[in-house]
Amino acid sequence: MNFYGLIDGSEKSLVYFLNQLSGVDQVGAESRAAMLATRSIKTTSKKWAIETAISMVDLTTLEGADTPGKVRALCSKAVRPDPTDPTVPSVGAICVYNDMVEIARTHLDAIGGKHVPVAAVSTAFPSGRASMEVKIQDTQDAIDAGAAEIDMVIDRGAFLAGKYGLVFDEIVKIREVCGEKAHLKVIFETGELVTYDNVRKASYLAMLAGADFIKTSTGKVAPAATPPVVLVMLEAVRDFYTLTQRRIGVKPAGGIRTTKDAIKQLVLVNETAGPDWLTPQLFRIGASALLNDLLMQRMKMSDGYYASPNYVTID
Amino acid sequence: MATKKQARVDVKKTYKLFINGTFPRSESGRVFEVTAKNGDFIANPALASRKDLRDGVTAARAAQSGWSKATAFNRGQILYRIAEMLEGRAEQFESEIALTSQITALKAKSQVLDAIDRWVWYAGWSDKLQAVSGATNPVAGPFFNFSISEPQGVVAIAASANFIDFIDAIAAAVVSGNTTVVLVPGSLAVPAMSFAEVLATSDLPAGVINILTGSLDELAPWAASHMDIDGFDITGIDKKKRGALKEAGAENLKRIHAFNTGQSPTRILAFMESKTVWHSVGV
Amino acid sequence: MTFEYAPAPESRAIVSIKPKYGHFINGSFVAGKKHFPTINPATEEVLSHIALGGASDVDKAVAAAQKAYTKTWSKLSGKERGKYLYRIARILQERAREFAVLETLDNGKPIRETRDIDIPLVAAHFFYHAGWADKLDYAGLGHSPQPYGVAGQIIPWNFPLLMLAWKIAPALATGNTVVLKPAETTSLTALLFAEVCQQAELPDGVVNIVTGDGSTGAAIVNHPGIHKIAFTGSTDVGKKIARAIASTDKKATLELGGKGANIVFDDAPVDEAVEGIVNGIFFNQGHVCCAGSRLILQESIADEVIEKLKVRMSKIRVGDPLDKNTDLGAINSKEQLVKIKELSAIGDAEGAQRWSPQCNLSDKGFWFAPTIFTGVTQAHRIAQEEIFGPVLSILTFRTPQEAIDKANNTPFGLSAGIWSEKGSRIFWASQHLKAGVIWANTFNKFDPASPFGGYKESGWGREGGKHGLAAYLKTGKETGAK
Repeated sequence: MNFYGLIDGSEKSLVYFLNQLSGVDQVGAESRAAMLATRSIKTTSKKWAIETAISMVDLTTLEGADTPGKVRALCSKAVRPDPTDPTVPSVGAICVYNDMVEIARTHLDAIGGKHVPVAAVSTAFPSGRASMEVKIQDTQDAIDAGAAEIDMVIDRGAFLAGKYGLVFDEIVKIREVCGEKAHLKVIFETGELVTYDNVRKASYLAMLAGADFIKTSTGKVAPAATPPVVLVMLEAVRDFYTLTQRRIGVKPAGGIRTTKDAIKQLVLVNETAGPDWLTPQLFRIGASALLNDLLMQRMKMSDGYYASPNYVTID
Repeated sequence: MATKKQARVDVKKTYKLFINGTFPRSESGRVFEVTAKNGDFIANPALASRKDLRDGVTAARAAQSGWSKATAFNRGQILYRIAEMLEGRAEQFESEIALTSQITALKAKSQVLDAIDRWVWYAGWSDKLQAVSGATNPVAGPFFNFSISEPQGVVAIAASANFIDFIDAIAAAVVSGNTTVVLVPGSLAVPAMSFAEVLATSDLPAGVINILTGSLDELAPWAASHMDIDGFDITGIDKKKRGALKEAGAENLKRIHAFNTGQSPTRILAFMESKTVWHSVGV
Repeated sequence: MTFEYAPAPESRAIVSIKPKYGHFINGSFVAGKKHFPTINPATEEVLSHIALGGASDVDKAVAAAQKAYTKTWSKLSGKERGKYLYRIARILQERAREFAVLETLDNGKPIRETRDIDIPLVAAHFFYHAGWADKLDYAGLGHSPQPYGVAGQIIPWNFPLLMLAWKIAPALATGNTVVLKPAETTSLTALLFAEVCQQAELPDGVVNIVTGDGSTGAAIVNHPGIHKIAFTGSTDVGKKIARAIASTDKKATLELGGKGANIVFDDAPVDEAVEGIVNGIFFNQGHVCCAGSRLILQESIADEVIEKLKVRMSKIRVGDPLDKNTDLGAINSKEQLVKIKELSAIGDAEGAQRWSPQCNLSDKGFWFAPTIFTGVTQAHRIAQEEIFGPVLSILTFRTPQEAIDKANNTPFGLSAGIWSEKGSRIFWASQHLKAGVIWANTFNKFDPASPFGGYKESGWGREGGKHGLAAYLKTGKETGAK
């Protein structure tokens, strides 16, 4: 691997690269995100944004209590989010633990959802505390079971200890396991990295190591996909494209529950990375409750009156 | 062979200007006569010209950066050193003031002692000004915001003929880090130039205080219109003539002030400029 | 498909504009004699007709202010004065949206700015100064500092109501009464503020508003019953005022022009610096005396920053000021637009390279696309003169000292910006910059608690904070003096 010709793969070259990145001023980044949050998205643009957001949802269940029944219900919802309206697009993917991948894949295929990929969280999600062998096996299992997308977590402990090479090597190895079969999303758990400087460093580290997507959070730690965190990651993919001509995707996950939240994310994408990223190939939203709010807002727009949760299906 | 002892002939002092730490004659070659109360000739001090003023401003400007960046502690020590030097020559100043002005010897003595005490008072202000005039401002946002006062730069002084006011004006201007060009009316020329000798033997950097003797009527309009002078203390100018100077000073919006009371931090702060700095606060 | 934002106009139904206005003198509106139209600069629609105040109107206003000062306001305790200011602050908050819409209509600035910046700051200014009214003994001005009496206040068109607040709030808190003249092109919010004074039951004559043009302003400056002048506007007019009052006892504070340097060091947080550059020059269409109109970039990162700036500028939304998504509104007047065009043409003629993003500008109204000039040096007029529009001159430097030298190489000294991640460098630069307001890793931030004002030809005195009070008070007997 040549790592885009930017580093030679050694920890030394990686650290050198990461250290020359410009810092992020917290106040400035947060005020830019806050300003973009004031964008008022109405009428036709709102309708477009809602449908685009639906197609970007990685519909997620990551509970100890997940059962085959629960996962199948989620799959049905993913394929046809609004059973009464076939014009509503399917979601971007189903996101589950690796033991549920096969169940999800089988059910999706059975109900006409071949086009909906299954994403598996991996590498000892959510903490990432396991041996490399276990992480590799975890990933291999998911791929064998039909996962087309791997959402791996980084070793935050290693990152915070400054062992960037270790974090990097893990991503490289998982990238190898994914091969051509699966897209790799790299989860930072930004709530544990804390600073925007760390988020920027982690973004470049993951992109250099071969990530297809960079993802904010596991959903298990707050704060998660806050607008300024996503802003910093979108800046990173934008600038990485300038460097390499390769577009890396971004996936905020955790805390995005309302249509308003989702539209704010799309505005961030539009005005930071740019319209090229406004596609499920390059932007996903990891969520569960969000989907129903999007559906209710969509009903409001077409019916002209406010919707009730009784008219959208629960998972 | 015994000869009768002759009376010794005094060695008289030549009064010149004080510019950039040196004592040049006026470039114009002009002088004026100072006499004692009884009309006796005392000296022919230099009658400064507008070109001398120009040179004084150049010297003051050149000294400005260094003086304003000296630590407040350092400036305070130097001002205190001026007091020490003055103390040692108090009697000289008493007699010069008594000789060339209309006040009594007793009053002259008290003026000189007051002047020394003023220097001590001002010296102490150098590192307290910020505590009095500065502020941290609690703005509604993630910013650390503070205001500090800085010297304006080059301050011209049209001193009144009173020795204490002359000292107040100079000390108030320089303690904060301004450099000065002091225009001294003829009647104060003798003690003013002796004071220049005090400065020359203190630790004051060259150019911080420049002293020109002569006619305020002639020099003050040039100072008022000089675009490289930032502030102008016109306490020594007759009230009726102040308007014209302020009008001329409007061209570069010079800070022009006259003071009723001498010894006051207000006088120091009048030739300072408040600077407010915002810093973002984040991790 | 691209994400086009549908129009999202703020409703103007909340404001009602009368066809014609008089002056506000002694607590009531009095008819004017002559009137001139005031227009919406975004559409050239005539909004109303404003009275052209003459010497007799100024006379009446000054007399009312003097009477109010003598009879009521100077007799009121600070505590009670403060309560009126608190009332005004609250009413402004209640009617904030109405003021925001009216300001946007009359001025052309985006509703996002009037709604999120101008009007909240207006209320904050009254709230802040209200609290000073009964604490003036602790302002560091000696015991019992005294007001001057009648303050004549002349304000500009770039932040109409905010400048009114900057003037009236401290004047009233310190016990002065006022005669205020809003700018010729932006009188409407000042006249609506008069209604707020009525709702607050402010004693008659404490605030008087006389509308008009430069001649009305001159009548205020030269009126013998005015004890203090507070002016915000151009340096040229500031100098005229300084001359006009030279032989009087009138005090003056002047907030004048600037050519602010925004310095970006090679260790800057680049993305936030780009935001700060945009905010520095395109905020309020660049109609900002403290705008960061000279970008001084470290040469080693100049290309990168300019590229990013261009990408960012292409996202600036220029258009209907009432649209909630508009970033850059209309130029305030035809006259100002002509001036911006002229100075930009000089930039072209002097060989600087002009760049603007693609913008669809309306035929109606006054518009100017966000513009940068690269290849500018200190010798260019566009690096020296205040353009007061959305036009940025970009210069480069090699060493920190060179950056400071270029930044200070101007007769102005109002504002400056520093972008660096290195703490010691920020403090070093902020020490060496000759400017009254310095923003480090931010730009164009304002707060009632923060003094504002310039060095050199950018003016006299400060507004805001503890320092701003000194402009309206005669210093009490000093403590510490003999």
